[in-house]
Amino acid sequence: MSQVPLLSVENLAFDRDDSCLFSGVNFSVADGDLLQIEGANGSGKTTLLRLLTGSLQPSAGDIFYLGQSISKCRYGYLSDMLYIGHQPAVKLNLSAEENLRWMVASSAQSNSLSVQDALTQVGLAGYTDMPCYALSAGQHRRVALARLLISEARLWYLDEPFTSIDKQGVIFLQSCLQQHVAKGGAVILSTHQDLALSGLRKYKLLPSVESFT
Amino acid sequence: MSWLSDKFSSTLSGGPSKESPSWQWFYRLGSPRWFYQRSGQWLPWLSLVALLVLATGLVWGLAFAPEDAKQGNSFRIIYIHVPAAFLAQSGYFIMAIAGAIGLIWKMKMSYMVMKAAAPIGAVLTFIALFTGAVWGKPTWGAYWVWDARITSMLILLFLYAGVMALQYAYHSVDAASRASAILALVGTVNIPIINKSVDWWYTLHQPATIKLTSAPSMHMDMFMPLLVMIVGFYLFYAVALILHTRNEILRRERKTSWVRELVTAKAGG
Amino acid sequence: MASQAARKMDSGFAAWLRRDLLLAYRRSGEVASPVIFFIMVSTLIPLGLTPEAAQLEKVAAGMIWVMALLATLLSMDGLFTSDYQDGSLEQMLITPQLLPLPLLGKITAHWLTTGLPLTLVSPLLGLMLSLPSVGYLPLVCSLALGTVCLSLVGAVGAALTVSLRKGGLLLSLLVMPFYMPVIIFGTATVSYAVDGLNWLPPLAILGAMFAASVALCPLAAAGALRVTASN
Repeated sequence: MSQVPLLSVENLAFDRDDSCLFSGVNFSVADGDLLQIEGANGSGKTTLLRLLTGSLQPSAGDIFYLGQSISKCRYGYLSDMLYIGHQPAVKLNLSAEENLRWMVASSAQSNSLSVQDALTQVGLAGYTDMPCYALSAGQHRRVALARLLISEARLWYLDEPFTSIDKQGVIFLQSCLQQHVAKGGAVILSTHQDLALSGLRKYKLLPSVESFT
Repeated sequence: MSWLSDKFSSTLSGGPSKESPSWQWFYRLGSPRWFYQRSGQWLPWLSLVALLVLATGLVWGLAFAPEDAKQGNSFRIIYIHVPAAFLAQSGYFIMAIAGAIGLIWKMKMSYMVMKAAAPIGAVLTFIALFTGAVWGKPTWGAYWVWDARITSMLILLFLYAGVMALQYAYHSVDAASRASAILALVGTVNIPIINKSVDWWYTLHQPATIKLTSAPSMHMDMFMPLLVMIVGFYLFYAVALILHTRNEILRRERKTSWVRELVTAKAGG
Repeated sequence: MASQAARKMDSGFAAWLRRDLLLAYRRSGEVASPVIFFIMVSTLIPLGLTPEAAQLEKVAAGMIWVMALLATLLSMDGLFTSDYQDGSLEQMLITPQLLPLPLLGKITAHWLTTGLPLTLVSPLLGLMLSLPSVGYLPLVCSLALGTVCLSLVGAVGAALTVSLRKGGLLLSLLVMPFYMPVIIFGTATVSYAVDGLNWLPPLAILGAMFAASVALCPLAAAGALRVTASN
């Protein structure tokens, strides 16, 4: 069981039209791992995360979930995965509660924590009924992050999760990540911040050398 | 339809080395460089044959075929009109098939063929419409009549325009190819529906006009040159498609070493 | 396991349907604009053509159908745009459910908020354009079936153009040819009734188009969205 990593990425490459964004990306993530993707602006951190979610197709290489290529076990893989992207996917005309309720309904697995409790935990108590256009960007992100509390997915992919949230929020999110990892989950996140998390591993995304054959 | 192509590609994307020899030609055809070199060898011969067949058909049709009893010499425009209309229709299917191959087997080469086919088809559709209008004046007394076939042709022109517009709207070559391939496939499903609907609509309104020539009732002396012209147009289409595709290959592969070598060799020699 | 999967498949449809309806309810001003457009353009016809009832009667069915088509096209552009911009479209693409189901949910919501209101106000326009009274029922029936086709086919176009900055005009260009069979049989249904013929056959063909587009359009739109997401 322990020999097969939860997720492994082998020789992954991505070309945008005829220029190569990155190539030869290799790493694997086991239960309880916390991996930070580092890299300069434009080095392809977001692209890498989107490749992991399967919404982009790699130009070369493959991604394996429990030893199986993700194109062969799509349903199982996507059910066990949670992705929060650059945009928090929050609808401005809906309230925080309605937004979260929809996000939970359209995702695969969820635990018994209620939407109200999750919003209280991320510090949105008292804001749940307000339409989201009245909330700040940081609060939008908190709505999206409340999904983490409800989700049962083992793999979390977070693209710049710390943008526009305050210090308190950063501390909360870090403890949230720590708990998830302690329960045997795994997190892959991209951020420019230095994180004070125990057991954090880093993967540096290097720009690919332009080579044509 | 990448969900579809994923399934296919997972079994087929291994590349030439892993596949059985019977698939080799398919993958070689998928290599732009191979296509460019091979088509360069065929092209002069193909163009020569196309030119000969077209010239034969034209001279035969315009000078030697008998005059039409009712329409006189004006009927001779069918030697352009009918083949152009023929190719305009099949050109759309050729484009869609190329797009489908691209989507299923992720073959870049066939996307290039698809892109090259769109403007050629659109021009042929326009020629068919234009010659139809010119022919309509002496026959119907008006340049434009809402005849079923002419209306279908006009809609076909819109369909081509859509594919071309979508092709140019995207910055990313890959997204442009895949998006317009999907559109071409949707169009292929719809063309028979559109044509049948327009036919039905036309019979509903029943204007009193002469039907366009129907081939079987034509005299053999008139029909044979038409057949030659259709073959000639097919050959011409092939030549035009190959020329456009070669152009597209050079444009998309401009950064590869073989194109660079080709260009420097041309410039140097 | 299978029943759980079935429940989740359903929730993909229902969750998106519910959300889009709720969103439409919150922005009812925007939702009303296709209907207002529909009514306003119909006042242009007597102004531009003639106020004579005898002449209007002849063009009424066709005009109402053309305007319904244009009103639908007008609303089609917004189907995926805001979801694309705020990232919820990306979330839709990575749900484990089959993508056509949530899409069908969105399209259903779109029809309920555009096609259905257009269908419901069409008798009013029939009245204004002096459509003979036998034409009312066929008009409503043909619009009810036909506008579903318009929404479904339009969704494919919207999916193809979602990531383009000025997709709206291009969308109309792409989709309009595919709307032509719908308009042919839609107006034929009404004109058959006005001419005293049995109007069920053309309506049945519209029904066939409806069935075919329910089956095929969500698939094509799903394929198109996977492409545009990578742009």
